[in-house]
Order: sequence, then structure tokens, then C-alpha cells
Amino acid sequence: MTTPLIEASETVDAIAAPTRPRRGWRSPSLIVGSVLLLVVLALALVSLVWTPYGLDQADPAARLAGPSAQHWAGTDRLGRDQFTQLMLGARTAVWIGVSSVAVAFALGTPLGLLAAAAGRLVDDAVAGVIDIVIAFPTLLLAMLLVTVYGASTTVAISAIGIGVSAEVARLARISASRVFTQDYVLAARTCGTSTPVILIRHVLPNIWHTLLVQATLAFGVAVIAEASLSYLGLGTPPPAPSWGRMLQEAQSTVGVAPWNVLLPGLAVAVAVVGVNLLGDGLREIGDPQLRTRRRATGR
Amino acid sequence: MTVLETSGLTITLDGEPLVRDVGFELAARDRVGLIGESGSGKSLTALALLGLLPAGMRASGRILIDGRDYLDAPDRQWRRVRGRTVSIVFQEPLTALDPLMPVGRQIAGPLRLHHGLNRSDAERRAIEWCDRVHLPDPARLVRALPHEISGGQRQRVALAMALACRPRVLIADEPTTALDVTVQAQILTLLDELIEETGVALLFISHDLPVVAGLARQLLVMRDGRLVESGPVDDVLRRPRSDYGRQLVASAARVTRLARPGSVSGTGGEDR
Amino acid sequence: MLGYLVRRVAWLLGSLFVAGSAVFFLLRVLPGDPAVTLLAVGSSPDELNAIRHRLGTDRPLLDQYAGWFGGLLTGHLGDSLFTRTPVLDQITGRLPVTVPLALSAFVASIVVAVPVGVFAAVRRRGLLGVAVSTLAQLGIALPIFWVGIVVVWLVAVQGRLLPPGGFPRTGWQDPAAAVGSLVLPVATLTIAQGSVLVRYVRSATLDVLNQEYVRTARSLGYSLPQALLRHGPRNGAATVVNILGILLASSLLGTVVIESVFALPGLGSLLLASVKARDLPVVQGTVFAMTATVLVIGLVVDVTQRLIDPRLGGSA
Repeated sequence: MTTPLIEASETVDAIAAPTRPRRGWRSPSLIVGSVLLLVVLALALVSLVWTPYGLDQADPAARLAGPSAQHWAGTDRLGRDQFTQLMLGARTAVWIGVSSVAVAFALGTPLGLLAAAAGRLVDDAVAGVIDIVIAFPTLLLAMLLVTVYGASTTVAISAIGIGVSAEVARLARISASRVFTQDYVLAARTCGTSTPVILIRHVLPNIWHTLLVQATLAFGVAVIAEASLSYLGLGTPPPAPSWGRMLQEAQSTVGVAPWNVLLPGLAVAVAVVGVNLLGDGLREIGDPQLRTRRRATGR
Repeated sequence: MTVLETSGLTITLDGEPLVRDVGFELAARDRVGLIGESGSGKSLTALALLGLLPAGMRASGRILIDGRDYLDAPDRQWRRVRGRTVSIVFQEPLTALDPLMPVGRQIAGPLRLHHGLNRSDAERRAIEWCDRVHLPDPARLVRALPHEISGGQRQRVALAMALACRPRVLIADEPTTALDVTVQAQILTLLDELIEETGVALLFISHDLPVVAGLARQLLVMRDGRLVESGPVDDVLRRPRSDYGRQLVASAARVTRLARPGSVSGTGGEDR
Repeated sequence: MLGYLVRRVAWLLGSLFVAGSAVFFLLRVLPGDPAVTLLAVGSSPDELNAIRHRLGTDRPLLDQYAGWFGGLLTGHLGDSLFTRTPVLDQITGRLPVTVPLALSAFVASIVVAVPVGVFAAVRRRGLLGVAVSTLAQLGIALPIFWVGIVVVWLVAVQGRLLPPGGFPRTGWQDPAAAVGSLVLPVATLTIAQGSVLVRYVRSATLDVLNQEYVRTARSLGYSLPQALLRHGPRNGAATVVNILGILLASSLLGTVVIESVFALPGLGSLLLASVKARDLPVVQGTVFAMTATVLVIGLVVDVTQRLIDPRLGGSA
């Protein structure tokens, strides 16, 4: 049996919308990620106008020295200042990271949009190309290019850019085709709106955010790839410093000077973790579904 | 004999109340309809009665099952009543069933869990249950996957699953909302037949007053997390005491008047 | 299923053709005469022509192209420019290092990461669950060679427990020494791949946990672990197979870097040395062999997924 335990009082005004504290721009991942990334960017930018020492300025008396007031990050086996190299390495990492992400998006976005907008035949063809490029690892592509052209910054950027572009194209294609199947796009089509207009008015506004998140993640991938190529001796050639080559040079002296290994590794980790956290934070802010889901939890 | 009783049931998320001070009881053969618009907290109430609130939500008040308060009971104790004393059928059978497990094994599962039946006995009972919910060719159907049978058939499977261990309370959370109108009527008929046969107490949750009124004898109306009406169906329909109750009855009356001639037209038979 | 298999194999052959062509054209048609890059500045035209003849670059391009594919079909990948030994022999000679390395790391990653990932999902709000996820995130952000150097430093240099690198000259004739020299490389690869796998397994598990059929199972009296055990394997399997394919492919590629860190004479170091020496036939053959392996893994993954989840049937 049912027992009415409360009065039938009309409290229409008390709408119990369960709003969890909306973190949005104050989400921890966004803040921590931005701070880490800013550290790397600051190192790179300052290195343009100032470094503690010159790159080739060796101090033979202080070889493999530990961190000190003179050399904040110690010195390498030639007595060169490691902090200077870390700063210049940040510049290389940011430069190659940004350029290869730019290459990846310049190639991948139009390709993905084309596939989504065009008919079945083009779509299948592009999807096939994307699958093959994804299966063709960036590292192997870089190795092929280095074999022909020799190691250079351009080769590193092209290889990483092409490698990442496949992933970008795949994502652009999937998110754009999802928009293309929406009813409001169908409605726009019935009104005679042309495909380019639909792309600009409906598709891009709906997918740019996903692509932005992808760009942050791609930057992280590019930084690791750059470090790996330099470590293998396939990246930016000397004398331009790079975190990867610092590690390669420090490997044999790790027993004597472990900080020379730890610090460049830490630098890579700060850059990658920073950009990944930033990506997570952006995804949280931008995903309208996540937002409403958060607002309507449990309903 | 009261099986399930709740009083002062309040559900909060991060301190915000979503359901406030709800109370009612269910005894054998009771048929209670719980009606309210989406977001009024009726589904949360149902989940709370099984101790299955989403993580982060907290319930307070009392939930008595056979006289014992389960509100803060550990999962271990809840598990002994779930499926055995209180069962639930959810809205969307396509997602409520495991898409990759043959439906017979899904029905047999709780029988093996609670009654300790071996595999073949449980399978045999599953076939019997498929027959009781009028699924065609039960011996063959138990081997089908959910996507291979129709929506109505899936909901029949879900009903068989929920009733297999002979619970004394069945909570039906919008069980017909995801179905076609004709199939909906068939499922309601089946539900009516099953609760008559088994004597299970029914808590039927819906946003659709005519559907609830056809099946329930008692009516609870929820709005913004509170109960605003309760009583025998006829009383609530004739003399709603809250503004919301009056609106609900008025709009339902308009719809039914429109639909009355022939009530449901179109041919059934998609589902059996 | 048979129809799908036929289409999928046809697709694989097509991909192999495209990959083979890409490798060929990237190395031959791009500006720059390979023969010139091979020789020191100031070599005589005769020397150049001799090299061109050995490379086959004095023949018409289409002729070379046909020759390359003919070679692929018959297993003749050409000879190394420097050692003059057949490329195929060089590749197979390196497999006893690379295959055990990649496969052990693959298996070890699964053994470690699957339970850890499931745990991280079930306890995602607990302290330990969050700690596991954070560590995995860090593991993904760290370059694999850095992990390798640190492992060498901690275990081999500080602890003097295992050799810091190298492989016994006699290969597997001394199994203990061979295994000993693979322990650290496998451990490094496992840390790197395992971190990735933990994240995948965690999110696949969360996916299953959030499904309504898990709620149904719980409403019928199953505990959360029981429900996960009842529904997880069959519903997570398709995703997991996909992840395992990616993992196997990346274990193979990871060996390129790992073999460099630990100075192991495997396929990866063969490739790296050939790239630096511009030994075109070896680079071409090794890159194609690795790519082909990745593509074949992809085929196995797709077919297995199809076998696991009948809902994928129908369209290709």
C-alpha cells in the first residue's frame, strides 16, 4: 500500500538541477598543462635573446660537473653548459613540434574534409590511403627520407608531419561525416545550400574543437618523435642542440653524470605531459556532450 | 504483508537534493504507478530501491525490504535481495541486454547465481520462461543474440530475466517507452498476465498517464523530486490535489479523447 | 565470412603493392642520384657507372620497378652495397634477436598491463587507481630510449646485475647469456608499451562498466567483479584484439630504438646502420619487411574481430 508521507505542496520554484561545480576554465588539467607548457615555451623564447653561456663555450676544468650556481644543470663531457643546451633544445623541440603539426594539419584536414564531403568512391579511396599511411610508421618514413636526403630539420618535420597527418585526416573525416549525417545539414541541403557553404557554416564550427584537441596531442607526439630521431642521429644535425641528442651523448657517461640523462628526459616529459594535460582540459571544456552530461548527471 | 517500504527517501548529488522525502510501501499484489516528467527523479528512486544509484549520489531515509533497512547496507547484503526479492526491468532492452550473449544464457544466469542450478537445468528453466513470456519457438530462440530478435521480444526476455528467480517486487522503469505503440500494448498485456500469475508487487514507472492508469491501482505523482500526489488511481484522476496533478490529468484527457475512437489503430503482429 | 576474408586479403595485397611502390619510389625517384650520394666527392665517372650498374639505376625506371616486385615475389631483395650479401639473409640473420625481443615484450606487456588496467578502471576513484593512471600517463610521455638509459643506469651500472647492452657473439648457443642480455631491453619495452596498454585497457573496461547490461547484471544480484567477468571478456575482446594488434606492431617498431639503446644486433640496428651508410637495398628490404608485418598484423586483427563480434558482419 502507498502512504503519502509528504503534503502535496507546490514548490515549483525549487528546481533541483544537479549542477556539479562547473570547472571549465579552472580545470586542474588545463591549469597544470598550461603551466608546464609555458615553462617550455619560456625556455625556448628566452633562448632567442639570452642563454647563460654560448653553445660551444666549453669549460675544460668543469667537465661532467654537477648542477651548481655556475652551471644550473651541470656540464657535459666537454664542459659545455647543459642549461644552455636545454634551452636551445626547447627551441628545437617547439619549432619542430609546431611545424610538423602545421604540416600534418595542412595535409590532413583538407583530405579528411574532402573524403567526408565527396561521394562514396572518393571517400573509400581516401580512407584507403589513410589506412596505409597509418600502417606506415613515422619512424620508417623518416628513415627512408634520411637515406635519400640525409638527416636534417626539414626531413624530420616532413616525416613527422606526414606521419601525423594520416591520424588528423582520419579524425577530420570521421567527425565531418558525423556532422554531414545530421538532420540540420540535411535541412540545409534541401534548401539548396552548396557543399562548401555547409562545410564552412556547419561542419567546421562543429569539428574545429576536436581538431584543436588533436593538435595538442599531435604536438606531444611530434616532440617525442623529434627526440627519438635526434637520439638515433636522424634528426636535426649538430651543432643545433636537441634533447634527444643530449641524451644520446650523455648515455655513455650515465654512471658518472646521471643528471645529464635525467634532465633532458625530464624536459621531454614536461613538454609532453604539459601538452597532453592541456589537451584533456580543452576536451573537457569544448565537448558539448561532456558538458551537458556533466550538467545532467544521473537524470 | 509489506515487502518493500521506503520513507523519507532523499537522494543528493554533491549536497544538492535530486529526490526529497519520498515514501511509499509495496505489498504482495500491489500495483503502483509512479508517474512524472523526465528529470522528476522517478528513475533515481527506482535505482535507490535496488541500491544501484550512480556513483557520487547519496541516499538517506529508510529502505525496508522484508522489514530490514538496507539503505546503508554493504553491497554483499544488497546482492542477496537484488533479482531475488526485488527485480527491475529497464527502458531500453537493446542496451540492457548483453549484445554478445545468447538470450537464454542471460535468463539462466540469475537462476544459477541464486538457486545454484547447474548449467543444463538453468537452460531448461530459461526455455520454460521464454515460453511463459510467449516467445515463439523458445528452444531455438534461447540461442539467439539480442540484435537478432525484435524489440518487443527483447523486452520479453528482460521480463523473463527479472522474474526468473521469483522476486516479490518488480520495478518496471518505463518498460514500454522504447517500443512501438502496438508492441507496447502487447507488453502491457503480458505484464498484466504475469503479475496476476506470480502475485508479484508492481512498481510501474512511466511519464505516460494513460499507460499507468491502465495497469496500476495506486498512483504516485512526482515532480521536481517530490511526491505531489498519491492515492488510488480513480481518486487521483478525479480529484487531483496539486496543480501539477490537474495539468497532468487535463492533458491526458485531451489526448485520450482524441485517440479514443478505435483507440489504437494499425495492425499488430510484428511482435510475438 | 569467406567473402569478407577474400575482400580483406585482396585489400592486404593492394596495400602491400602500394607500400612496396612507396618504398621504391621514395628511394629512387626523389631528386638525387643514389650513386652520387654513395661515393666520396670527386669519384671518377667510371666508378659512378659501376655503382649505378650494381644498383640497377642505369636501367629504365619501369624495368627497375618490375624487378623490385619480381624480387619481392621470389624473395630476392637484392644484395647489400657494402657486404654484398643478400638482403634477405641479412634480415633473417637478425630475426633471432628481434623476434624474441618483440614477442617477449608483447607478452610481458599483456601480462602486466591487463590486470593493472582493469584494476585502474574498477578503482578509478581510489588513491591507488588514480596513481596507476598517472604513472601510465607519465610512462607514455617519456621517450622509450630515456627509459632504457635510466634502466641501464639503475640496474646495470649501479646494481651491476645484468649486462648494460650487447648480445653474445655466439647468439643463442649460450641461452643463459642471450636471455640475460634481453632482460633489460624487454623490461624497457614493457614499461613503455605497458603504459600505453594500461590506458587502453582501463578505458575499454570503463566502457564495459558503463554499459547498461552491467547495471542489469547488478540488478539481478551479481557483484561488480562478477558482472565484469560475465560480460567483460566477450564485449571487450574486439577492442582488446585491436589494441593488441597496435601493441604488437609498436613492439616491433620499438625494437628499432631499443636495439640502439642496448646495442643489440637486431633488425632495427641493421636498418639504422644501413640508413646511415645509405645502403639502399638493405633499407628498402628492411622497411618493406617491417611494413608488411604491420599490415599482416592488421589483417589478423580485423579477421579476429569479425569472428568475435557477429554484429560487425554485413558490409565490408
